[in-house]
Amino acid sequence: MFRPIRFLAGSAIALGFALPAFAAPLALTGAGSTFDYPLFSRIFYEYSQKNPSVTVNYQSIGSGGGIEQFSQKTVDFGASDVPMNAKELARAGFPVIQVPVALGGEGIAYHLPHIKKGLKITPDVLAGIFLGTITKWNDPALAKLNPGVKLPKMPITVVHRSDGSGTTYIFTDYLSAVSPQWLAKVGRGKSVSWPAASSVGGKGNEGVAGLVQQTPGAIGYVELAYLLSNDMSYAKLQNKAGQYVYPTLQTVAAAAATKPEISATDFSIVNAASPESYPISGYSWALLPVTPANASHAAALKTLFDWTVTKGQADAASIGYVPLPANVQATAVKDIAGMKE
Amino acid sequence: MPARGLGRHAFMSIVKAAVAVFCLVLLGLFLVLLVGSWPSLRHFGLRFLWTSRWDPVANVFGGLPFIYGTVVSSLIALLLAAWVGILSALFLAEFAPRQLSGLLGILIELLAAVPSVVFGLWGLFVLAPVVQNVIGPALQAVFGFLPFFQGVIYGVNMLTASLILTLMIVPTVMSISRDLVAGVPGRYREATLALGSTRWEAVRYVVLPMVKPGVFGACMLALGRALGETIATTMVIGNRPSISASLFAPGYTIASAIANEFTEATSNLYISALIELGLLLLVISILINAAGRLFLARISREGGPA
Repeated sequence: MFRPIRFLAGSAIALGFALPAFAAPLALTGAGSTFDYPLFSRIFYEYSQKNPSVTVNYQSIGSGGGIEQFSQKTVDFGASDVPMNAKELARAGFPVIQVPVALGGEGIAYHLPHIKKGLKITPDVLAGIFLGTITKWNDPALAKLNPGVKLPKMPITVVHRSDGSGTTYIFTDYLSAVSPQWLAKVGRGKSVSWPAASSVGGKGNEGVAGLVQQTPGAIGYVELAYLLSNDMSYAKLQNKAGQYVYPTLQTVAAAAATKPEISATDFSIVNAASPESYPISGYSWALLPVTPANASHAAALKTLFDWTVTKGQADAASIGYVPLPANVQATAVKDIAGMKE
Repeated sequence: MPARGLGRHAFMSIVKAAVAVFCLVLLGLFLVLLVGSWPSLRHFGLRFLWTSRWDPVANVFGGLPFIYGTVVSSLIALLLAAWVGILSALFLAEFAPRQLSGLLGILIELLAAVPSVVFGLWGLFVLAPVVQNVIGPALQAVFGFLPFFQGVIYGVNMLTASLILTLMIVPTVMSISRDLVAGVPGRYREATLALGSTRWEAVRYVVLPMVKPGVFGACMLALGRALGETIATTMVIGNRPSISASLFAPGYTIASAIANEFTEATSNLYISALIELGLLLLVISILINAAGRLFLARISREGGPA
């Protein structure tokens, strides 16, 4: 007669003896930014394929939660869309290395009947629209930039992210850089108080994209990866050099390459000066302890991030992230070398 | 017998413990929210309740638009859902053929099993355009003289949110009310009919008064769900922290604000302000419930024996 209990017990014992034959893989844990999540999933998967002795468990709970958990040492590394500031570093109470791991750009998406992509927009006009001073699509300021385009007499609906996000930080950082009025009235942040009377908030990139696609007359900012994979109309934005450029992997990388020596205190790359660069882009950051609390994880953590900022970047483009430019990679590698093993 | 006494004793202890657990959880929740929102309570005081500026960059927080959006969207939803729910419950329990009633009942109850994110997506991609292009203009054409239906019609707005909430809470009202109506003993109806009343009169004067407290309870349960609903409202309400009389303008609810902003909130005061919103939601739920009970007690007294 088959005795399930004895069978189970027997199997368990057999397994118990068999298990030590395989060394349990070292599990590194991280938490933070949701923006990094798709890229991390990809990079860490590739890494585990090549190094079966290490697995990485990353929880995308948001930058705030990431900084919190990292500061309390409950995870091996954190990730945040905006680097930790002096106050947050003081609260953590231990030395931290912050390196850029992901580079992204943002496009200005709009929905106008009969007008395909390529509407020209200047920083002034963009700020005016988001401040609520330009409220109609046939405003003279817009018409002057787009001769030959028949702009409709339609009210502008401003669409923004309703959830706190690094995307909003980069976008408001850009507006603050190009418009003194925006800087004084609104400022930069992951959530801001939107001044335009016609503004509505959508949750996540999909929320903003959905609202723009459904609302004739809408304009909003959407992450590059999302913009390229959805059939949306987006604007040519005038950069600091006066050129009108589309957001692409190349123009965003060009912007990043203008500033190789970025650091956690000087990290903004919006409104870059070179003629081929797209002006709205920015980094997301990994937070690493100089001396990991769990000493046995130190070497693996160091190797993992060394790989993430160099070889791992090769996978970025295929999922809509911009690979870190070579000179930024070099800076990051130098910083990671400062970790104690 | 001692064994029997022991059993009863044990049973009573378990029953009391079960109740105590709920009370402790509620109390604990309240305390945790109170502690978490302390920095904000101290910094903004009562101003938090009636100021409207929500500016994370300047660290200035006022909760009024969220309170307004939560209460208004939920009350509109309850108003619509109560009518639809109670009337359909009456139809299913009293007037529909038995087989049809069973089938329709299951269909409506299935609505309750749909995850709220699905309601949200459907609301954003299907209902919002319909509100913007069909329902909104129609309401504006007929009731445009009322301030509730004036101004630019957005797709994502208070009305869309209220409609989605209505759909989500109708099953609660309907399902409980139907069971209550079906539970009224048949002899009461027969007695009323024997006195010469019509079928409708039996329902109106005998069945409805009997189930009134229970139906009211169902509405409160439904309201609780509407007040706390997060993801579906977030997707269709427009997330604009401002107060507008027009239902065509976007709004914001407490639960949506917490869901939207909590993950990326980094300053202490900011987190604390969000927790204070959570505390307010708890207080609002309790207040509305209490007000409802007082109202019920009053109408029951005036309406004679219920």
